Amino acid sequence: MFTTAAIALLVAIGLAALRAIKGPTVFDRMLAGNAVGTLAILLLAVIGFLTGRPEFLDVGLTYGFLNLIGSLAVLKFFRHGDLAYDSGSEPKS
Amino acid sequence: MTELIADIVSWVFIILGSFFTVVGMFGLVRMPELFTRMHATSVTETLGAGFLVLGMVVQAGLSLVSLKLFFILALFFMTAPVMTHALAQTALHERVRPLLTEDRRPPEGGPAGEGRQP
Repeated sequence: MFTTAAIALLVAIGLAALRAIKGPTVFDRMLAGNAVGTLAILLLAVIGFLTGRPEFLDVGLTYGFLNLIGSLAVLKFFRHGDLAYDSGSEPKS
Repeated sequence: MTELIADIVSWVFIILGSFFTVVGMFGLVRMPELFTRMHATSVTETLGAGFLVLGMVVQAGLSLVSLKLFFILALFFMTAPVMTHALAQTALHERVRPLLTEDRRPPEGGPAGEGRQP
Protein backbone atom coordinates (compact mmCIF):
# COMPACT_ATOMS: atom_id res chain seq x y z
CA MET A 1 0.00 0.00 0.00
CA PHE A 2 2.66 2.50 0.97
CA THR A 3 4.87 1.20 -1.84
CA THR A 4 2.20 2.36 -4.31
CA ALA A 5 2.12 5.82 -2.73
CA ALA A 6 5.93 6.01 -2.75
CA ILE A 7 6.10 5.10 -6.45
CA ALA A 8 3.39 7.68 -7.30
CA LEU A 9 5.24 10.36 -5.33
CA LEU A 10 8.51 9.53 -7.09
CA VAL A 11 6.80 9.80 -10.49
CA ALA A 12 5.32 13.16 -9.43
CA ILE A 13 8.75 14.40 -8.28
CA GLY A 14 10.16 13.37 -11.69
CA LEU A 15 7.47 15.39 -13.50
CA ALA A 16 8.11 18.44 -11.30
CA ALA A 17 11.85 18.13 -11.97
CA LEU A 18 11.08 18.04 -15.70
CA ARG A 19 9.25 21.36 -15.38
CA ALA A 20 12.09 22.77 -13.28
CA ILE A 21 14.56 21.92 -16.04
CA LYS A 22 12.34 23.07 -18.94
CA GLY A 23 10.65 26.10 -17.33
CA PRO A 24 10.92 29.18 -19.54
CA THR A 25 10.83 31.72 -16.70
CA VAL A 26 12.40 31.79 -13.27
CA PHE A 27 8.95 31.60 -11.67
CA ASP A 28 8.12 28.29 -13.34
CA ARG A 29 11.28 26.90 -11.78
CA MET A 30 10.34 28.35 -8.38
CA LEU A 31 6.89 26.76 -8.64
CA ALA A 32 8.38 23.39 -9.57
CA GLY A 33 10.93 23.61 -6.76
CA ASN A 34 8.20 24.38 -4.26
CA ALA A 35 6.16 21.42 -5.52
CA VAL A 36 9.20 19.17 -5.13
CA GLY A 37 9.49 20.37 -1.52
CA THR A 38 5.84 19.52 -0.82
CA LEU A 39 6.18 16.08 -2.42
CA ALA A 40 9.41 15.42 -0.51
CA ILE A 41 7.57 15.98 2.80
CA LEU A 42 4.86 13.52 1.76
CA LEU A 43 7.50 11.04 0.62
CA LEU A 44 9.26 11.36 3.99
CA ALA A 45 6.00 10.53 5.78
CA VAL A 46 5.34 7.55 3.50
CA ILE A 47 8.89 6.23 3.96
CA GLY A 48 8.41 6.57 7.71
CA PHE A 49 5.39 4.27 7.49
CA LEU A 50 7.16 1.94 5.07
CA THR A 51 10.09 1.34 7.43
CA GLY A 52 8.04 1.58 10.64
CA ARG A 53 9.92 4.61 11.91
CA PRO A 54 7.50 7.56 12.26
CA GLU A 55 10.26 9.86 13.56
CA PHE A 56 10.64 11.07 9.98
CA LEU A 57 7.49 13.16 10.45
CA ASP A 58 9.40 15.67 12.59
CA VAL A 59 11.96 16.06 9.83
CA GLY A 60 9.09 16.63 7.41
CA LEU A 61 7.57 19.41 9.54
CA THR A 62 10.93 21.19 9.81
CA TYR A 63 11.48 20.84 6.09
CA GLY A 64 8.08 22.39 5.42
CA PHE A 65 8.93 25.53 7.38
CA LEU A 66 12.37 25.78 5.77
CA ASN A 67 10.76 25.39 2.32
CA LEU A 68 8.40 28.30 2.98
CA ILE A 69 11.09 30.62 4.34
CA GLY A 70 13.56 29.79 1.57
CA SER A 71 11.03 30.29 -1.22
CA LEU A 72 9.85 33.61 0.21
CA ALA A 73 13.47 34.81 0.52
CA VAL A 74 14.20 33.89 -3.12
CA LEU A 75 11.00 35.63 -4.30
CA LYS A 76 11.89 38.76 -2.32
CA PHE A 77 15.31 38.74 -3.91
CA PHE A 78 13.83 38.47 -7.41
CA ARG A 79 11.35 41.25 -6.75
CA HIS A 80 13.64 43.79 -5.13
CA GLY A 81 17.12 42.59 -6.06
CA ASP A 82 18.03 42.94 -2.41
CA LEU A 83 17.22 40.79 0.61
CA ALA A 84 17.52 43.75 3.01
CA TYR A 85 14.98 45.80 1.05
CA ASP A 86 13.00 48.21 3.22
CA SER A 87 9.47 48.86 1.92
CA GLY A 88 9.36 52.22 3.73
CA SER A 89 12.20 53.69 1.68
CA GLU A 90 12.20 54.82 -1.96
CA PRO A 91 11.01 52.12 -4.41
CA LYS A 92 13.85 50.99 -6.65
CA SER A 93 12.29 49.74 -9.87
CA MET B 1 -12.59 -7.44 10.99
CA THR B 2 -11.94 -3.85 12.04
CA GLU B 3 -8.40 -4.15 10.72
CA LEU B 4 -9.71 -5.30 7.36
CA ILE B 5 -12.09 -2.33 7.15
CA ALA B 6 -9.31 0.07 8.16
CA ASP B 7 -7.05 -1.44 5.50
CA ILE B 8 -9.70 -1.06 2.78
CA VAL B 9 -10.48 2.57 3.73
CA SER B 10 -6.78 3.38 3.88
CA TRP B 11 -6.21 1.76 0.47
CA VAL B 12 -8.96 3.87 -1.08
CA PHE B 13 -7.59 7.09 0.41
CA ILE B 14 -4.02 6.34 -0.61
CA ILE B 15 -4.95 5.38 -4.18
CA LEU B 16 -6.99 8.61 -4.49
CA GLY B 17 -4.14 10.66 -3.04
CA SER B 18 -1.58 9.11 -5.38
CA PHE B 19 -3.88 9.74 -8.35
CA PHE B 20 -4.40 13.42 -7.53
CA THR B 21 -0.70 13.94 -6.80
CA VAL B 22 0.33 12.59 -10.20
CA VAL B 23 -2.49 14.47 -11.95
CA GLY B 24 -1.41 17.78 -10.40
CA MET B 25 2.20 17.32 -11.42
CA PHE B 26 1.11 16.24 -14.91
CA GLY B 27 -0.76 19.53 -15.14
CA LEU B 28 2.41 21.34 -14.06
CA VAL B 29 4.17 19.85 -17.08
CA ARG B 30 1.31 20.17 -19.61
CA MET B 31 -0.23 23.60 -18.89
CA PRO B 32 0.68 26.45 -21.28
CA GLU B 33 1.89 29.24 -18.95
CA LEU B 34 2.74 30.16 -15.37
CA PHE B 35 -0.66 31.01 -13.88
CA THR B 36 -2.43 27.90 -15.16
CA ARG B 37 0.50 25.86 -13.88
CA MET B 38 0.01 27.37 -10.42
CA HIS B 39 -3.64 26.34 -10.61
CA ALA B 40 -2.64 22.75 -11.47
CA THR B 41 -0.11 22.54 -8.65
CA SER B 42 -2.73 23.47 -6.06
CA VAL B 43 -4.50 20.14 -6.78
CA THR B 44 -1.43 18.32 -5.46
CA GLU B 45 -1.20 20.47 -2.36
CA THR B 46 -4.85 20.14 -1.32
CA LEU B 47 -6.47 16.94 -2.62
CA GLY B 48 -3.31 14.86 -3.11
CA ALA B 49 -1.71 15.67 0.22
CA GLY B 50 -5.07 15.59 2.01
CA PHE B 51 -6.02 12.09 0.83
CA LEU B 52 -2.51 10.71 1.41
CA VAL B 53 -2.41 12.07 4.96
CA LEU B 54 -5.95 10.76 5.63
CA GLY B 55 -4.91 7.29 4.48
CA MET B 56 -1.87 7.35 6.74
CA VAL B 57 -3.98 8.60 9.69
CA VAL B 58 -6.36 5.64 9.25
CA GLN B 59 -3.35 3.31 9.37
CA ALA B 60 -1.78 5.01 12.40
CA GLY B 61 -4.92 5.12 14.51
CA LEU B 62 -5.38 7.58 17.37
CA SER B 63 -1.80 8.37 18.38
CA LEU B 64 0.92 11.00 18.35
CA VAL B 65 1.77 10.03 14.78
CA SER B 66 -1.66 11.03 13.48
CA LEU B 67 -1.43 14.32 15.41
CA LYS B 68 1.87 15.07 13.64
CA LEU B 69 0.29 14.13 10.31
CA PHE B 70 -2.52 16.61 10.95
CA PHE B 71 0.09 19.26 11.79
CA ILE B 72 1.76 18.59 8.42
CA LEU B 73 -1.61 18.92 6.65
CA ALA B 74 -2.35 22.19 8.50
CA LEU B 75 1.10 23.45 7.50
CA PHE B 76 0.32 22.72 3.84
CA PHE B 77 -3.06 24.41 4.03
CA MET B 78 -1.51 27.54 5.52
CA THR B 79 1.70 27.86 3.53
CA ALA B 80 0.48 26.90 0.04
CA PRO B 81 -1.79 29.97 -0.41
CA VAL B 82 0.94 32.24 0.95
CA MET B 83 3.45 30.85 -1.53
CA THR B 84 1.01 31.03 -4.44
CA HIS B 85 0.13 34.64 -3.65
CA ALA B 86 3.77 35.69 -3.30
CA LEU B 87 4.74 33.91 -6.52
CA ALA B 88 1.87 35.43 -8.54
CA GLN B 89 2.54 38.92 -7.19
CA THR B 90 6.25 38.72 -7.95
CA ALA B 91 5.59 37.33 -11.44
CA LEU B 92 3.13 40.15 -12.23
CA HIS B 93 5.61 42.68 -10.87
CA GLU B 94 8.29 41.24 -13.18
CA ARG B 95 5.96 41.70 -16.21
CA VAL B 96 4.96 38.06 -16.67
CA ARG B 97 1.54 38.40 -18.31
CA PRO B 98 -1.21 35.75 -18.27
CA LEU B 99 -2.22 34.25 -21.61
CA LEU B 100 -5.67 35.69 -22.41
CA THR B 101 -8.11 34.90 -25.21
CA GLU B 102 -9.98 38.15 -24.56
CA ASP B 103 -8.52 41.26 -22.93
CA ARG B 104 -11.11 42.93 -20.70
CA ARG B 105 -8.74 45.22 -18.84
CA PRO B 106 -9.23 48.99 -19.09
CA PRO B 107 -7.40 50.61 -22.03
CA GLU B 108 -4.13 52.48 -21.70
CA GLY B 109 -4.08 55.49 -19.42
CA GLY B 110 -6.88 54.04 -17.30
CA PRO B 111 -6.65 53.51 -13.54
CA ALA B 112 -4.76 50.23 -14.05
CA GLY B 113 -2.17 51.74 -16.36
CA GLU B 114 0.22 48.85 -15.83
CA GLY B 115 -1.98 46.35 -17.67
CA ARG B 116 -0.53 46.38 -21.15
CA GLN B 117 0.30 43.42 -23.33
CA PRO B 118 4.06 43.32 -23.95
